Amino acid sequence: MNSKLLTYIEAISKGMWEEMERDPAVFLLGEDIGGFGGAFKATKGFLQHFGEDRVVDTVLAESAILGASVGAALAGMKPVAEMQFSDFVTCGFNQLVNNAATTHYRWNIPVPMVVRLPSGAGIHGGPFHSRNPEAWFFHQPGLKIVAPSTPYDAKGLIKAAIRDANPVLYFEHKRLYRHVKGEVPDDDYLVEIGKADVKRQGTDISVITYGSTVHQALEAAEILQQENGTSVEVLDLRSLVPLDKEAILASARKTGKVLIVHEDNLTGGIGAEVAALIAEFAFQNLDAPIKRLAAIDTPTPYSPTLEEFFLPSKEKVVNALKELARY
Amino acid sequence: MATVLSMKEPKETKKIRWKDLGLSSAQLIDFYKRMLLIRRFEERAAQEYGKSKIGGFCHLYIGQEAVGVGAIEALREDDYIFSAYRDHGHALARGMDPKVIMAELFGKFTGCSKGMGGSMHMFDASKNFMGGYGIVGGHIPLAAGTAFGSKYLGKDSVTICFFGEAAANQGVFHETLNLAALWKLPVVFICENNRYGMGTAVERAHAVWDIYQKASAYDMKRGWFDGMDVIESYRAVKAAVDHARQSNEPTLLEARTYRFRGHSMSDPIHGHYRTKEEVEEQKKSDPVPRFGEELLHAGILTQKAVDDMEAEIKTIVNQAVEFADQSPEPPADFLRENVYS
Ligand SMILES: Cc1ncc(C[n+]2csc(CCOP(=O)(O)OP(=O)(O)O)c2C)c(N)n1
Ligand SMILES: [Mg+2]
Repeated sequence: MNSKLLTYIEAISKGMWEEMERDPAVFLLGEDIGGFGGAFKATKGFLQHFGEDRVVDTVLAESAILGASVGAALAGMKPVAEMQFSDFVTCGFNQLVNNAATTHYRWNIPVPMVVRLPSGAGIHGGPFHSRNPEAWFFHQPGLKIVAPSTPYDAKGLIKAAIRDANPVLYFEHKRLYRHVKGEVPDDDYLVEIGKADVKRQGTDISVITYGSTVHQALEAAEILQQENGTSVEVLDLRSLVPLDKEAILASARKTGKVLIVHEDNLTGGIGAEVAALIAEFAFQNLDAPIKRLAAIDTPTPYSPTLEEFFLPSKEKVVNALKELARY
Repeated sequence: MATVLSMKEPKETKKIRWKDLGLSSAQLIDFYKRMLLIRRFEERAAQEYGKSKIGGFCHLYIGQEAVGVGAIEALREDDYIFSAYRDHGHALARGMDPKVIMAELFGKFTGCSKGMGGSMHMFDASKNFMGGYGIVGGHIPLAAGTAFGSKYLGKDSVTICFFGEAAANQGVFHETLNLAALWKLPVVFICENNRYGMGTAVERAHAVWDIYQKASAYDMKRGWFDGMDVIESYRAVKAAVDHARQSNEPTLLEARTYRFRGHSMSDPIHGHYRTKEEVEEQKKSDPVPRFGEELLHAGILTQKAVDDMEAEIKTIVNQAVEFADQSPEPPADFLRENVYS
């Protein structure tokens, strides 16, 4: 099987490219995704290859972009809409949570659309260009949500999202774009939506996480192994809706100690739901209270110093793991 | 880089074109000085960005100085101003301290947002400068809100609101225009049409290219002016602001202008969406030397005065950078303190 070393963003591009080659109903729309190639260049070269009917530069109007995507999906198309930054999805909230999310429920008609949401902090973007807004949508039945952490998953999940008959929000972390590389098979594979992945096997503590913090967890797990001989398992959720309950409970039951990590704010985040599931269904197996590590409950500060203080980090994961190990 | 102004005869004799506006020589010189300050401040911000002293996203106002300066000079101190994310120039035109602006760009505790915001978050409540917003178009209804407040409270202050032409494609722009016209609010919307929203030209993004005509749907007063000419900017905005003050009627103005730099620091000056020739052609009507030459020709400025002004501004900008550089980082425990009042 042939594969290539790709960055995370190249893997996303590759997945979209393959799906566009495969299915003429797939088209892209968003602000400056054509000649400009997108703010982060995820669609560089697409216009030249697929033409302007399928790589559509929109005007600056997120509500119209998302609403038109719902309509196009109703007409049998498979739109892949890019929000330039996930923060800007705020301007199109109604289209997602009311129109996209409830159409199948009300009318039994599928809405096969994908919304790509470049998210996350760590690039000094300040309050309006750093959000991780997945929890807003997590609460709305009818939307699927994925958040890959590796190039392999990025390609497999964008392809699965495009083929899914439901609206799928695809959260891609901006800091991973060019910082994370990995082998990506050339062939046409999918990563099933709703399936978590054990990124590292372990027996003493589970870290349950997704997106950018998967990498911090993996590095921290290695440090604990080296320094303390503690065996840390890292479960990458990959999909947030549907959430892989079996995988979460299996890992919690296996190790009996759980640390949940995400970059989004703590309160009301995905981690709260994961913690509740474990408390509800794996309580007897726990050897320590469930621990959560997330961004502080404030907007994202611009100051690089404070941003570092605000965000989870490898060091913070290590400390939290050591506390759990001692318990 | 010092400005050397050519002494060649302007094509039309416009020496007295500002007479009817009742502007004094001192005011005219002040217009020029403010534009020059913005230009030099922004050039320096670009350099500091290159040195990684400034991070994140940073949008420069170079090329559009005449719009902000002319418009803001037409205001009273109790009038409100809203800007978008290309906001350093508006903040400087309003008289915000360059040190505080630079410190915010550096993410320091002495910045106007205590380093929490950065480039897109300039703010000075003491000057009714209401910011600085990073979500395109998102601030436009806030301007209707302050105008509503002024009217309700029986004050005769006016609100002006700057935004780019791409922002006029957001639904909230239309929602706000309708509301301002219906409620008769003292607000002037100033669309800085610099021809591009990132890499998208006006012609590719608007069904109607004359942005000011969008007000016709709301039966609102409207017009456009040469945004490369500070006098025209002053003239147009003054008339609209006076009208708003007297009759509580809103206006939509379109400033026809041009940005000389890339959209943000990562965007090259020219590339796939505009040619080098186009940018060079536009630079021929660079608002700063254009006005400087006019003042020189009218005998209001001398080359010596221009040189002195350059030196003074250089010191101001140097001091702003020094101040920013030496200022403390925001302390970690500050983070949680400001979320609620
Ligand atoms: C809601 C929203 N969508 C997209 C963006 C990204 N973005 C920032 S500026 C910009 C272009 C805006 O152009 P215009 O309004 O003409 O202002 P200019 O940059 O020309 O001053 C875009 C697409 C954003 N900040 N907010
Ligand atoms: Mg513009």
